Amino acid sequence: MNRQTPTQIAGESGLRADLAAIAAMIPPGTRVLDIGCGDGSLLEYLVRAKNVDGRGLELIQQNVNHCVARGLSVVQGDADTDLHEYPSGVFDIAILSQTIQATRRPRYVLGELLRIGTRTIVSFPNFGHWRVRLSLALKGRMPVTKTLGHVWYDSPNIHLCTIADFLQLAHDVDARIEQALTLDGSHTKPMRSDEWGPNLFAEGAIFQLAKK
Amino acid sequence: MTDIAQPRFQRPLKAPAENLGHVLRLGPERPLILDSGKQLTPFTTAYMTYGTLNAERSNAILVCHALSGDQFVASTHPMTGKPGWWDLYVGPGKPIDTDRFFVICPNVVGGCMGTTGPAEIDPATGEPYGLGFPLVTIRDMVRAQAMLLDSLGIDQLLCALGGSMGGMQVLQWAASFPNRVYSAMPIATAARHSAQNIAFHEVGRQAIMADPEWRAGDYALADTKPSKGLAVARMAAHITYLSEAALQRKFGRELHQREALSFGFDADFQIESYLRHQGMTFVDRFDANSYLYITRAMDYFDLAADYGGVLAEAFRGAKTRFCLVSFTSDWLFPTSENKRIAHALNAAGGNVSFVEIESDRGHDAFLLEEPELFDTIRGFLNAAALGKGVTRP
Repeated sequence: MNRQTPTQIAGESGLRADLAAIAAMIPPGTRVLDIGCGDGSLLEYLVRAKNVDGRGLELIQQNVNHCVARGLSVVQGDADTDLHEYPSGVFDIAILSQTIQATRRPRYVLGELLRIGTRTIVSFPNFGHWRVRLSLALKGRMPVTKTLGHVWYDSPNIHLCTIADFLQLAHDVDARIEQALTLDGSHTKPMRSDEWGPNLFAEGAIFQLAKK
Repeated sequence: MTDIAQPRFQRPLKAPAENLGHVLRLGPERPLILDSGKQLTPFTTAYMTYGTLNAERSNAILVCHALSGDQFVASTHPMTGKPGWWDLYVGPGKPIDTDRFFVICPNVVGGCMGTTGPAEIDPATGEPYGLGFPLVTIRDMVRAQAMLLDSLGIDQLLCALGGSMGGMQVLQWAASFPNRVYSAMPIATAARHSAQNIAFHEVGRQAIMADPEWRAGDYALADTKPSKGLAVARMAAHITYLSEAALQRKFGRELHQREALSFGFDADFQIESYLRHQGMTFVDRFDANSYLYITRAMDYFDLAADYGGVLAEAFRGAKTRFCLVSFTSDWLFPTSENKRIAHALNAAGGNVSFVEIESDRGHDAFLLEEPELFDTIRGFLNAAALGKGVTRP
């Protein structure tokens, strides 16, 4: 999957801020499936620093080959079509980082994640951020921002959503939200799901969910 | 005239025993019991090793050879004088690094480079087995290799790897002896031989059997061999190892050592000359009956069939780490067949990687210099060695 690429690098992990925040949510020694694992940065960190039994699924073959050459267990595949192969509940955590907005069937993908992993972590850019809203309102053009850097016809992000939209989807697929963080630049902070503020002020969000 | 019309017989029918590398001879107390219900005894395995086994016996890597391969994975072939068939990949500092790992490569049962096969003497008759040799399977090959590991005192392989039929053996290893394979790398292979592949093999076998010199498999008794038939079998098979794009790029319609068409059936085209050469040189180093038996073993291979038709069941509960590799232009063992294995491993909750490498060189790509295959093997073996805690010898 084409991950968005915020440039901030956070702290000791050397990971991008959003990935570092996800890494912090993952207990050591767990079984993790990273869907849309890209070049494998997060997976490699989890395997090395947290002794995680990590696997990846990645759409772009070059990324897959790069991951395997790094010694990671990664399979080429498409989240939209291949998740049904995974047995239920074999992973402690299924991660979908900056990828859900690029899937053709976000509802199906989230449902599959909840089935495959005991817990699911999803991060995505927030289309409800004030800068996005302002850009659309004032210019009348599809927003191109720091976190959403593609023009509309060239964007892998075919299913963008706001934090409020995602909360609705989580509700629709019977998911319980266990943890929620907002993401601004390199800062993360806890979010209460009933707050209206984050949907306007957060550039992105990270949710940890489980099946109800 | 043509190369085919003049088969050469200057080489012996069997390789001289002193050049076959190491040899394991098992007597009547340890027969090789075959899937057919028959057994082979005495049973001999010829094999080569490279590098040094470490004190913990944990750095052993098994390389499984393909249909026309042998134990000479990284050393000069005693009959052809050519470099080992995977010399690019196996050696000091190479992806399969013999400074770090102990590499074992045995000749398969049914082969013709020192392991018991149809060209060897049947103790019951005192004559070469010929068609009296029992049918062997991929699982028989693996069972024979397990006996070799027993004799070497190796409980668990760091990795089993191989391409094509070698990959079939690797899959069978993981299914039959999951605890003896820490990691497995089946390359350009399939968990079953497809109808198209069986068809090509049948063409090859019929070519051999149509050669009057084949003599119902008893050619050795008449001190001859079905060279024309085997050469044609090899020519047909060789086309399947390449790709249309590679053939076009390499040969096109270029003429062979001539300015104009001959208006005859000489090798006018370079591709014809190339194929004839492939056929002719193969005859010098390969036994025709072995070719029949080994192609049959591949045809019979259907791993899922042994597990109720569900491939995932073959890998249920396996702790083995897998890395599957395919090549984009391989139409003999296409990506789809390799991906099918990856899917089954995923469904079994297995630890699997799958890499598809862009190449126009067809099935043969796994034998050639493919930088991405270098990186993949190196990365995968490094991670396996780290995971298993392998020390340098």
